Amino acid sequence: MTNDDTRAQSDGETGGTLLGAHSRRGPMNVFPLWKYMLIAVVCSLGLIYAAPNVFQPAPAVQVRALDSERGIGAAQRAKVSSALDAAGIAVSAIDQQGNSLLVRLLDEDAQLTARALIADTLNASSVDFVVALAQAPTTPQWLQNLGAKPMSLGLDLFGGAHFLLQVNMDDYIAGVVDNSAEGMRDTLIDQRIRFLPNRQWIDGRTISIGFRDAATRNQAREALVDYQDFLVQEREAAGNLILRSTLTDDKIRALEDRAISQNLTSLRNRVNELGVSEPQVQRLGRSRIVVDLPGIQDSARAKEILNKFTNLEFRLEALPRARKSQIETYEYQGRVQDIMRRNIVTGNNVQDAQQSYDPETSQPQVSIELDNEGGRKMHAATKDNIGRSMAILFIEQKPRVRKTVRDGETVEEYYTVEERRLISVATVQAALGFNFRITGLSLREAQDLALLLRAGALAAPMYIVEERTVGAQLGDENIRRGWQSVAIGFALVLAFMIFYYRGFGVAANVALTANLMLLVAIMSILGATLTLPGIAGIVLTVGMAVDANVLIFSRIREELKNHPPQMAIQAGFDRALLTITDANVTTFFVAIILLSIGSGPVRGFAVTLAVGIATSMFTAILVTRALVNLMYGGRKLESIKI
Amino acid sequence: MKAIQIDFMGKRLIAMVFSALLLTVSLGSLSFQGLNLGLDFTGGSLVEVKLASKVDPQVVRGYLVQAGFANGTVQTFGSDQDLLIRVPPQQELGVAGQASLGDDIFTALAAQYPGIVLQQSNYVGPAVGDELAQDGGLALLTALLVVMLYILFRFTKQFSVGAVVALAHDVIIVLGCFSLFRWTFDLTVLAALLAVIGYSLNDTIVVSDRIRENFRRARRGAPVEIINDALNQTLGRTLVTSLTTLFVLLALLLAGGEVISGFATALSIGVVIGTYSSIYVAANVLLIMNITRDDLLVPEPEQDGNEDGSYP
Repeated sequence: MTNDDTRAQSDGETGGTLLGAHSRRGPMNVFPLWKYMLIAVVCSLGLIYAAPNVFQPAPAVQVRALDSERGIGAAQRAKVSSALDAAGIAVSAIDQQGNSLLVRLLDEDAQLTARALIADTLNASSVDFVVALAQAPTTPQWLQNLGAKPMSLGLDLFGGAHFLLQVNMDDYIAGVVDNSAEGMRDTLIDQRIRFLPNRQWIDGRTISIGFRDAATRNQAREALVDYQDFLVQEREAAGNLILRSTLTDDKIRALEDRAISQNLTSLRNRVNELGVSEPQVQRLGRSRIVVDLPGIQDSARAKEILNKFTNLEFRLEALPRARKSQIETYEYQGRVQDIMRRNIVTGNNVQDAQQSYDPETSQPQVSIELDNEGGRKMHAATKDNIGRSMAILFIEQKPRVRKTVRDGETVEEYYTVEERRLISVATVQAALGFNFRITGLSLREAQDLALLLRAGALAAPMYIVEERTVGAQLGDENIRRGWQSVAIGFALVLAFMIFYYRGFGVAANVALTANLMLLVAIMSILGATLTLPGIAGIVLTVGMAVDANVLIFSRIREELKNHPPQMAIQAGFDRALLTITDANVTTFFVAIILLSIGSGPVRGFAVTLAVGIATSMFTAILVTRALVNLMYGGRKLESIKI
Repeated sequence: MKAIQIDFMGKRLIAMVFSALLLTVSLGSLSFQGLNLGLDFTGGSLVEVKLASKVDPQVVRGYLVQAGFANGTVQTFGSDQDLLIRVPPQQELGVAGQASLGDDIFTALAAQYPGIVLQQSNYVGPAVGDELAQDGGLALLTALLVVMLYILFRFTKQFSVGAVVALAHDVIIVLGCFSLFRWTFDLTVLAALLAVIGYSLNDTIVVSDRIRENFRRARRGAPVEIINDALNQTLGRTLVTSLTTLFVLLALLLAGGEVISGFATALSIGVVIGTYSSIYVAANVLLIMNITRDDLLVPEPEQDGNEDGSYP
């Protein structure tokens, strides 16, 4: 074939408006060397990164240090190793990864025994380590060095529990507004600024305080200048001058972020109690948290732990001169205790609480650590109140649901029932700050109090809105079924292609295999999680990826009626390209839309579909072409079978 | 290979009647009995267990009623030893109570049937169910809209309308089948439905592309003949692709298990209907909307450039 022939073909077919780049090339259907090289490089990379998925994971036990600063090291490693040796449990290796040890076992049956043994050995005196069942990847070292790792398995394949938690932001924000309102009122009372009594002074996130005259209102405005999170407006209603303070949107968003991050931290700590090797606790959208616990068997206990919602409030004891409206009354250790309604700090400000011993007296105590804001507030509140008692109120919220009629429709409304009790009343001995201690407790009391304080360090109430638990047995079954369907589907398609297209079918099949390999490789590189719908996506991709090849081949068949073989091959590939692009781009859009629905099983499917479209275009257009070129290109052909 | 020449468009009236019939039945079933929505959309609890030996679901149900779970339905799932227990949302239990209902049921069953294994336990809160349903509907509509815009940009309005009518046709019929036969419609089926859109669209575009090409190339000939030629030229490809896709779906149906069966069923129906609709529905719309050569004669310059020149 010469340049002129190609040009003639080009002209004849399309009316000769434009001349393509290919018309200036040499023999037909021959790729320059770099293209073959490119394909070879891409496919070898695909092979390397898909390979780890072939190796079966080994049973293992993971040991993770709870305290990241103290960490885990040679000492623990030696302990674990000798304990397992003594018990006659065969260990293939103990790997250290940052703050955790991965103890690889030879025998799956020994996993539970090993876990119990390690937990007993390391956590004999206090709980410092999470000991969890795990699956250790058995990817060879040289592949690991290249960064190749297998896809992680979704809960439907691995077994485990998935929870979606809703954080009740409305209640949380209302609490913040409420507390600010109390604070404003106390400030005004302290500075002797007279305001009008009003029962309904809080409306949503707005606090309205009435005054008799403009001068007082200006004074009040001055006095409340510290409340910077509120937008202050002056209004007039029923002859009264009103100061309206509204919580700004920015502040609400900041509060939400804070509440969520606090809940995340608290959940992560609690989830550690469950002994799961790779728990995932993540924020989803504005007010939701996803908790994934792969491999967990006891979902009831998981729920118990997730459902605990608690908070704390540190408040001063009420003085006899306090007004009725400023105090609340509780029972504490059999006696009545009046405390101020306004809190100093809440559980949100508590960063840690630990039972410890007073270095001087060796008596048990609880050390409490507050964040910056909490420390400042605590200092301001206690510096003038030495000798007065401070109480800690423990608040437990239990989520409930009720039906209400809104806009003529029955809707469900979540609300919470609160239980409040005092867990500590202690005398303030000095101005307190970020760190302070509660002394004079028995060991038991100190331990309990520290536990309650830690538990209460959670910002906003949450409840479970979705749960999916899959047993390990079903997980195994799902994997087996998934791969079986991939194998059957793949075999059927390969057989059909050979039968229908002969030599070209071989090229298509090689391309299809490359496609499957690249798809798995890219998903592994992306760190995608493989789920059952994801496997369905792979199977479907195999079925549909053939389409590009079929389009090309049927076009070549057609062109063969009017053209010699080499020209027909070239025209077939060229003409099919636009169609393939159009068809794939639209399907790609659909995959993206699927991804944006954002729910677990659908996403898994969408990811494979989207990646599959990309790889199938690459393989059909380049790999098939390269093979066809190698098989038929650059030589004289009388006829081809297709 | 001998050229096949089928007069597709000659039978388009029959096809229209056939489509109208399918659509009427589908829409009728959808409006009268609706979809058998799964847990994902209704909310509620679902527990799947494997028992050590074969048990009559009715006996299990009786036992559950006795244990205080009156609202559950019990059915076998896959085999006689696998049971599926569904409980609709129970408002009176409160949020925490509802979330632990699955565990309570399993605990009750474990006391009665030793050797029982919990296969899966799902709980979906009512609010989440509503959201998923809304998001799902929104995704379907967005998909149709985006497709319409893309085809409008790449082709003409006739093709755009034709493609979307064909897609809506396919989606309604697949939904109709799920409604008519009371198959459970859950999230994976919704994913399948979107995949049907992707698949059917693929088909429609391949056919449309050929129709456009033939219109441009043909110096004369009635639109019916031109479209007929295009359909015949793409027929081989349409059938081969449908066939290979059906092969893999068959594999999923055979080996994929219960979880995937809804997905595979929806897609299988979708592939068959989608193949049919790309031939009859999309092309028919073109004729109804009076497509002519003139509509396609002003190609965008860069489009021609692509067609002739650029190499992959």
